[in-house]
Amino acid sequence: MTAASAQAPLVKVERLSKHFGTGDTRVDALRDVSLEVHPGEVVALLGPSGSGKTTLLNCIGCILEPSSGRLTLDGEIVYDGRWLRSDLRRLRLEKIGFIFQFHNLLPFLDSTDNVAVALDLAGLSAAAARARSIELLDYLEVGHRKQAMPAKLSGGEAQRVAIARALANRPRIILADEPTAALDSHRSGIVMDLLRKVAIDQDAAIITVTHDDKIFDRFDRIFQLRDGRLDAEIDPHSRQVELENTAQHEFPQVPNRDAIQD
Amino acid sequence: MNLAYRDVKHNLPRFALTCVGLSLLLGIVITILGIYQGSLDDALRQVRATNPDLWVVEAGTNGPFAEASRISGDTREMIARVYGVERAGGVTYQSVQTVHRDVPLRLFVIGFEPGRPGGPQKLATGRGIMRSHYEMIADRSAGLAVGDEVPLGTRGHKFTVVGLIQDEVTASGDPVAYIPLHDAQTLQFELAPPVGRREAARGGPLQTADTVNAVVAKVSSFVSVPEVVAAVARWKHLNALTEAQQETLVTRFVIEKQRRQMGMFTVLLVIVSAVIIALIIYTLTLDKLRSIATLKLIGAPDRTIVGLIVQQALFMGITGFFAGLALVISFKDYFPRRVVLVPDNIVLLFAIVIVVCLAASSLGVRLALKVDPATALGG
Repeated sequence: MTAASAQAPLVKVERLSKHFGTGDTRVDALRDVSLEVHPGEVVALLGPSGSGKTTLLNCIGCILEPSSGRLTLDGEIVYDGRWLRSDLRRLRLEKIGFIFQFHNLLPFLDSTDNVAVALDLAGLSAAAARARSIELLDYLEVGHRKQAMPAKLSGGEAQRVAIARALANRPRIILADEPTAALDSHRSGIVMDLLRKVAIDQDAAIITVTHDDKIFDRFDRIFQLRDGRLDAEIDPHSRQVELENTAQHEFPQVPNRDAIQD
Repeated sequence: MNLAYRDVKHNLPRFALTCVGLSLLLGIVITILGIYQGSLDDALRQVRATNPDLWVVEAGTNGPFAEASRISGDTREMIARVYGVERAGGVTYQSVQTVHRDVPLRLFVIGFEPGRPGGPQKLATGRGIMRSHYEMIADRSAGLAVGDEVPLGTRGHKFTVVGLIQDEVTASGDPVAYIPLHDAQTLQFELAPPVGRREAARGGPLQTADTVNAVVAKVSSFVSVPEVVAAVARWKHLNALTEAQQETLVTRFVIEKQRRQMGMFTVLLVIVSAVIIALIIYTLTLDKLRSIATLKLIGAPDRTIVGLIVQQALFMGITGFFAGLALVISFKDYFPRRVVLVPDNIVLLFAIVIVVCLAASSLGVRLALKVDPATALGG
């Protein structure tokens, strides 16, 4: 048992299921998935297209309502057959940080304001939000680009600004959807190192959906999903993960646009 | 943090162009309102220019502006003798078209008796009519200058412009010109020489009939106008109208169709503006769907999203409105018709624009609120 797993889990998923449609058109996107992620852990969700990775990420992110099961975030049961929190928006704002495949920075705000917008939504004053944003950009070594518009940032810089935004409200749960997909291997390594640093410094749990086999060894644990089931928990340093990933590439790669499809 | 402002700043050229288009459209709406108000104002000025208390016209008519009226010229003497009438004057009204310096010129000619009610109240320049014949006072919009000679009538009598008046045109925009009553009567009834000879050969009248279109009267301040109206009404061949009645006739009936036409144009243009604003806002929202999904995902409440869209719609509407207003104010004097901007109308139109912007943004708001935050995830 690692030091992280000795603590209470930040994310606890118990027998979580999600289906779409009914009757003949029913699709079981998640079937009795259970997992725990502890503070300081960086874990990956791996699986072929349609295996339920993004559906699980959306359920954990309180974007998609599960069909059954229980979801506990930071010690608070938020779903148990139904949402137990009425204000899921506030829950996301306070407890969860999101990192996207294509950074999703707001094109009309500069780097500082892209970070500050999350703090502004949380009710922080403009001056305090700006100071915290600059602090975060410096922490993620992109402070020198604080006034740059997203269009002027490189892929790696944009992703670091996006990570800064995800960290703005000091969330303890960070959900990343293919954060390195648009980056080369060098920048992917830098981003993963940053996420590791964040997990350690902020005692946060980081859950990443990825297909990027170059970064598998950066995770503490990898959860393999297949047909909506948690198929296996793989040792990131084992040879098996490479094989699993090779196998998943045998499936046709469908653009991961729709959470419902995945 | 004002996201709407930041987005506008980021897409400034696009917003600026949109606002220019909208300002032109709203400028047209403001101009139409101004033209209508100008017509109304011109019609009222025409009635008020003579400043009488009483209009005496042919029985059974609502003359002389709403319909034709013809009464004997000596009616003036009859009216002048009615108890309470201080002064009375015969007036004629007729539209004439002539050519001045090779340019067609339309005038609304008012014949009046100098020294009696019915003439111009205030001169902008020049002098009043001193001679009994062939002098004229014209509105500046006719493009005439003091000293110009204008041929009028079938025999081309030349009238010398001796004075100019300001902003006195008919509801249809024709400049008003005052000439002596006798000349006006001659113009109304004189025949072209060949026609005159023909009439003489068949034994017809050669003399100009002494008729006027109305008699205007000033009533003593010690006698009530209705009392005088009642006295005049005893003559069965005459009809007496107060100035208020005359104004009502002009505004309710003479320019009623014009009012309806312009009202319809205004409504159509406001609808077009609403559709354009709605389409622009909808397109802008479509462009921002991923940003909106991201904002929702990171915890932005609906009011932030709604604010982003509604503020941009209002920004466009308000900027377009004031730019359009500035445009109209700058160029209204070059417009062929008098454009009168009344603050009450402008405020009302502004309120309508605000309501239209709010209604138009509802399409974009609806789209934005339907955006699933999950669309921010994934490629």
